[in-house]
Amino acid sequence: MRHAISVLVDNQAGVLSRVIGLFSGRGFNIESLSVAPTLDPTKSKMVITTSGNEQVLEQIKKQLNKLINVIKVIDYMGKEFVEREMILVKVKAKEETRAEVLRIADIFRAKVVDVSSNSYTLALTGDKGKLEGFIEILNPIGIIDFIRTGTVIMEREMHGRRKL
Amino acid sequence: MKKISGAYAFIEALRCEGVRHVFGFPGGAVLDIFDAIMDADDIEFILSRHEQGAVHAADGYARASGDVGVCLVTSGPGATNTVTGIATAYMDSIPMVVFTGQVPTHLIGNDAFQEADIVGITRPCTKHNYLVKNISDLGRVIKEAFYIARTGRSGPVLVDLPKDVMKDTISFKYPDKVEMESYCPTYKGHPGQIKRIVSLILKSKKPVIYAGGGVVHANASKELADFAHRMSLPITTTLMGLGAFPSGDPLSLGMLGMHGTYAANMAVTHTDCLVAIGSRFDDRVTGKIDEFAPKAKIIHIDIDPTSISKNVKVDLPVVGDCKMVLQGMLSQIKEGNDEVKTLNKSIKPWLKRIDTWKREQPLRYSKGTAIKPQYVIEMIDRLTPDNTIISTEVGQNQMWTAQFYKFKEPRLFLTSGGLGTMGYGFPAAIGAQVAFPDRTVIDIAGDGSIQMNIQELATVVQYKLPVKVMILNNGYLGMVRQWQALFYKKRYSHTSLEVSPDYIKLAEAYGAVGIRVNEPSQVEDAIKQALSIKGPVFVDFIVEPEEDVYPMVPAGAPINNMLLV
Repeated sequence: MRHAISVLVDNQAGVLSRVIGLFSGRGFNIESLSVAPTLDPTKSKMVITTSGNEQVLEQIKKQLNKLINVIKVIDYMGKEFVEREMILVKVKAKEETRAEVLRIADIFRAKVVDVSSNSYTLALTGDKGKLEGFIEILNPIGIIDFIRTGTVIMEREMHGRRKL
Repeated sequence: MKKISGAYAFIEALRCEGVRHVFGFPGGAVLDIFDAIMDADDIEFILSRHEQGAVHAADGYARASGDVGVCLVTSGPGATNTVTGIATAYMDSIPMVVFTGQVPTHLIGNDAFQEADIVGITRPCTKHNYLVKNISDLGRVIKEAFYIARTGRSGPVLVDLPKDVMKDTISFKYPDKVEMESYCPTYKGHPGQIKRIVSLILKSKKPVIYAGGGVVHANASKELADFAHRMSLPITTTLMGLGAFPSGDPLSLGMLGMHGTYAANMAVTHTDCLVAIGSRFDDRVTGKIDEFAPKAKIIHIDIDPTSISKNVKVDLPVVGDCKMVLQGMLSQIKEGNDEVKTLNKSIKPWLKRIDTWKREQPLRYSKGTAIKPQYVIEMIDRLTPDNTIISTEVGQNQMWTAQFYKFKEPRLFLTSGGLGTMGYGFPAAIGAQVAFPDRTVIDIAGDGSIQMNIQELATVVQYKLPVKVMILNNGYLGMVRQWQALFYKKRYSHTSLEVSPDYIKLAEAYGAVGIRVNEPSQVEDAIKQALSIKGPVFVDFIVEPEEDVYPMVPAGAPINNMLLV
């Protein structure tokens, strides 16, 4: 089961290494990872997507909490949340496929961020499923290169029902 | 306020933490600290002959006294030599602070002489670690290091001190308190859960307590004994828990697991309510995990949430300090309470069954013409005072000591349980002797293990530490040989120690006393003689070469599947 976990940590040298080391040392899996400082510059927030059964996930959360520099761990499983990831894709765009690439970009609401005589570079934001669909559609045309950020995630504000 | 150097501030910080003994070894990066140590008359420094010896000594000091052990070494190789000792302490949750020198901050990352990224290296085997880059952080970091080491699930903390930070100056004031948002261990168990534990035990017919090192760390032996006696619950302990409950008590089943007693392993296999207190379901305890305590509701009391439901699924967990949780449990049951009386009565057939197991299959060994190692340990047990501190190395010597030495109190048995570090026992005994100069301290060793830190003979002679080392000399790496005999068709691949030193001459070469014992009839007198000598003694018992440790559960088998003698 795929889980997205956000981890609030002290913004200090070596903290990322502690978190990563924990995953590798205990044989847990990291699918994606993104890290950046929060509004409070002494803290950073990480979002880790991982997978495992209930027992493994429980261990991951407990082990993360045990790290001295970890302040808070939130598992988004079972919560209402928004999830976004970004991808940059460089696609072959010869005479006969240029229009097709633009059409696909339009359907997915991707942006053209670079263009050359034989390629387009497209930027797209969305959840994991949307990005994977995009890659799947573009693949037959010829993907030269792509890069994805890790997932970022935020709990939905449920108006009038509960607070974040 | 007068400005002082980082090195003097460091000494001041140790003083504020109440440190009286530091184990270590000097070097280039810590010259300033060692210069400052010369002026600190109230802190005794013990010079080991290898950094591994220093860190194990700090560990032994901590286990025996309950205080934080302190170790100070230089950068690079000095620091890397402590890694085994730190990992040993980490696995057994021993409170320790290791200070390592580091190259000056401007050289960090330059592959400087004697540079090692010790913070990176020890990240997975410390509870936490620090690199002090600025002298203004020094006081806070040391304060936090000691606080983290001794609180919660205790453990080793490493602090890396660059040379220029130790030379820098500061108006130093050691902080009064620690402020850490992200670290707040849970001590008080959930009251509802504590109630549920008691009612589950009261409803059970065949309960067993399985107590571990956590009881020792929490100083909860008295509460454990009170609870067990009031409810008449039988207790088995782990290797780390030996001494947490007096082994002579009728409710004591001895150790469980791979080399546990028949009664303990059978009781755990047949129990309907297993009460784990400060123990972590280690594979050496559980054997085949699916068949461990298969009929039991499992209760688990532990200060570390990650220990709960890590290896086995727990029915009733409580996160908290063993002492406080046991006090909570005790307050739920009053002596003479009807429910307790009912349990005391209904448990009788179960206790009777356990007694039968004890009687049918006691720990035993056959007598022979050669000295039996188990006999040596029985004699040591008989001839030493009750407050004797025993350390062991790792392997057969360790298991025989666990089986045949009858520990009556906690903090008397120092052994590397989790990591299984050969070479641990001798330096650990040094640490314990420093903590308790007037007590008898004995390292029970094998001829394989003792050679791993034998250089510390110089330390015991220099500091006049009367540690007694009892070598069970069988000419083999005995435990590995035993596995080869049982599971590898007696193909003794590199387990025969064909060349060994003459331990008598070796002890004498360092200025200690050596005694050799060849006959069973000489064992008693040799131990008496060793105990009567004021200084350090090596006693070399030439024992039966191919004696095995029994009972034994083959690796991966359920624990009721024991090879008995």
